[in-house]
Amino acid sequence: MSGKILLEHIDVPGINTFDTYRKMGGYRSVEKALKTMSPEDVVEEVKKSGMRGRGGAGFPTGMKWSFLAKPVGVPRYLVCNADESEPGTFKDRYLMEKIPHGLIEGMITSSYALGANTSYIYIRGEYFYILRILEKAIAEAYANGFLGKNILGSGYDLDLYVHPGAGAYICGEETALLESLEGKRGNPRVKPPFPAIAGLYACPTVVNNVETIAAIAPIVNMGGDEYAKIGIGRSTGTKLISASGHINNPGIYEIELGLPVEEFIYSDKYCGGIKNNKKLKAVVAGGSSVPILPANLILKTANNEERLMSYESLSDGGFVSGTMLGSGGFIVYDEDSCIVRNTWNFARFYHHESCGQCSPCREGTGWMEKVLHRIEYGHGKLSDIDLLVEVSKKIEGNTICPLGDAAAWPVASAIRHFREEFEWHIKEATLSQSRNFGLLAAHPALVK
Amino acid sequence: MADKIKVTIDGQSVEVEPGTTILNAARQIGGDIVPPAMCYYSKLKGSGGKCRTCLVKVAQGSEKDPRPMPKLVASCQTQVMDGMVVENTTSPEVLEARKGVVEMLLINHPLDCPVCDQAGECDLQNLSFEHGASNSRYEFERRTFDKVDIGDKIQLHMNRCILCYRCVYTADQITEGRVHGVLNRGDQSEISTYISAAIDNDFSGNVIDVCPVGALTDKTFRFKNRVWFTKPVDAHRDCDHEKCSGKVVLWYKGEDVLRVTARKDQYGEVESFICNTCRFEKKATADWTIEGPRKIEDTSVISSNHYEMAHPLPIIEKNEVLIEANKKMFHKKIK
Ligand SMILES: Cc1cc2nc3c(=O)[nH]c(=O)nc-3n(C[C@H](O)[C@H](O)[C@H](O)COP(=O)(O)O)c2cc1C
Ligand code: SF4
Ligand code: SF4
Ligand code: FES
Repeated sequence: MSGKILLEHIDVPGINTFDTYRKMGGYRSVEKALKTMSPEDVVEEVKKSGMRGRGGAGFPTGMKWSFLAKPVGVPRYLVCNADESEPGTFKDRYLMEKIPHGLIEGMITSSYALGANTSYIYIRGEYFYILRILEKAIAEAYANGFLGKNILGSGYDLDLYVHPGAGAYICGEETALLESLEGKRGNPRVKPPFPAIAGLYACPTVVNNVETIAAIAPIVNMGGDEYAKIGIGRSTGTKLISASGHINNPGIYEIELGLPVEEFIYSDKYCGGIKNNKKLKAVVAGGSSVPILPANLILKTANNEERLMSYESLSDGGFVSGTMLGSGGFIVYDEDSCIVRNTWNFARFYHHESCGQCSPCREGTGWMEKVLHRIEYGHGKLSDIDLLVEVSKKIEGNTICPLGDAAAWPVASAIRHFREEFEWHIKEATLSQSRNFGLLAAHPALVK
Repeated sequence: MADKIKVTIDGQSVEVEPGTTILNAARQIGGDIVPPAMCYYSKLKGSGGKCRTCLVKVAQGSEKDPRPMPKLVASCQTQVMDGMVVENTTSPEVLEARKGVVEMLLINHPLDCPVCDQAGECDLQNLSFEHGASNSRYEFERRTFDKVDIGDKIQLHMNRCILCYRCVYTADQITEGRVHGVLNRGDQSEISTYISAAIDNDFSGNVIDVCPVGALTDKTFRFKNRVWFTKPVDAHRDCDHEKCSGKVVLWYKGEDVLRVTARKDQYGEVESFICNTCRFEKKATADWTIEGPRKIEDTSVISSNHYEMAHPLPIIEKNEVLIEANKKMFHKKIK
């Protein structure tokens, strides 16, 4: 295997057009599925592939699909979650911008498997130019008989629409997304009922991430069993990683799951090591909401085993010494980075993005941001550190949607692993201010 | 009809219809084990799930699957299963979480009880008295909004709002043509009307009654008096509005009816909605058939008569946050 599945043809000129995409073998999965397979066969292949949702929670896609209710006479929907707003994550954007037909092919094959005749791509408002790209590609697919009535003479009909959001992170949460798609305020719904039972317009609905849906085409082409051979253990297949921060080669990498984290950071094939030959201080491995880990714990687990880029290995040690693969937003911090400042920045984001329904999240996110701001700007008190931990605990697990957890985890984990840096920040307010302008010499002892 | 199912809450068992929520099962048992509910409203579809004061622990999921639920759940949203075991007041975890929720509800609350028309019949005041900490750890400026008149009868005091969404559901389900909703998000969310349009239809006054705090108040009553100085009396009239029950409470001061409201049950929910004519226009005793004094729980400050501006409510005397707030407001007033 060349190692690349989703991005195999990324460098082919004109791959964004229907003709080139088709020439490179595109839309084969639609032909295979519609002509030779039943919808149940497709679901079966996806189950066999073991692929887990790429949107963050990592729920096995085949299983999710098999939960879809199928009452007679009620339409079912497939909705693609292209809201991608988690800080540090920018892979769906790349995929849709460069290979729009990859997503559309996946949407057709998946919609067929789920028995949906109308499907939606809900895209974040800031990606408006990608909406144009997708609409052009959809028009090409209609023109070539891959969308619309009686696709490839199979009797299967599908209409596909792209719908832009209005710039709210919370509309990436699947039920808030559905509310927004219905034209309502994007507040997450209380679950149950889950979308598989009552989703869009109260009909059975599957919501999947862009990368998840794009991977359906290769899974159908190669067969679920083949796909399951890629990767490691229950982390099958490849994953797009958005690498950013203090590395030599920031960008999007398609990796086979199971790649050692150390290799990912230091190999020239991937991140190419830490910028300016500095030392690695910490990593946020799966987008801003997952716990931050210090260098020693991201490279090796607490049991001194090599840490791998896989769902299981990254979460080894639970939240005490592990983290999560999440959406694959891999943010690297060098020895000069200020963990307090970074934590404040994340807290500011979640404060800004809370929908405001649940009292703990609405009020707690703002409270944490204000306390962190005070610490960062030199007015903190030592008791603030425990206060932050307590406020984060009051939010975690007590809210309607996981945004509350996503806001609590970065704060709790930063204090768990970098408490002495918070203390130093408070006690040495002036020094910490100068360190934050790049003067490492102010306090080198803090680098782990 | 399907068989009844059994649920045990804080050691007390009850048999309920399938589909009943934990909260409603607890209400069937009654007493101290009933979780407080600030946003759920049995008469409003879709309400609940937001305030998180009703969180409880499910120690056993059901007879068939006895595993506990991993997180605390909102009792107003979670349906009971046969053999479910729930812990409310017996769970330290629940009490701790609830204390946290109350603290969150109060950090941005103005605590202007001394000048708030809702004082004495405010669910938040009662809740913080029972579950709140005595000190606020919040040291930042509280969020403030301007007061808005929504129509000539209703005033919105957004600072006090806890975003329970009850008024939104009321406007949506009880009145015709909803013109009000929630703007913005997070802690900047605010109840608002469409470009400050007046809420103007013949059922709009009900948003005042469903509001658990003093965010929506009756302008025809504003500052006329403290509720505990008024005498509540049950009365009815033959209202010709087909949706209005005509069953109300008249709030008397001496000979005058200062205020008309719907009747509320022990959980603070109105028994039946009333129209604006009954609420705002009928303020003469002659308009009504008097039924007798309204029963008010002994614990309610409404039943206490010894309150003066300089001698705060009993509820305020016992709670340090409220004592502080009271002092401040008092000084502001006499300045
Ligand atoms: C606050 C919040 C934001 C989210 N944002 C996104 C997002 O931008 N894109 C996405 O695919 N999933 C997002 N999710 C996860 C979705 O709720 C859902 O789990 C996912 O779309 C399911 O797709 P998958 O099974 O293919 O991973 C978000 C979840 C939360 C709680
Ligand atoms: S946890 Fe936060 S974002 Fe999620 S529903 Fe509650 S208030 Fe909204
Ligand atoms: S104004 Fe009152 S009823 Fe409306 S959301 Fe706020 S607290 Fe609830
Ligand atoms: S009453 Fe249940 S969450 Fe508010």
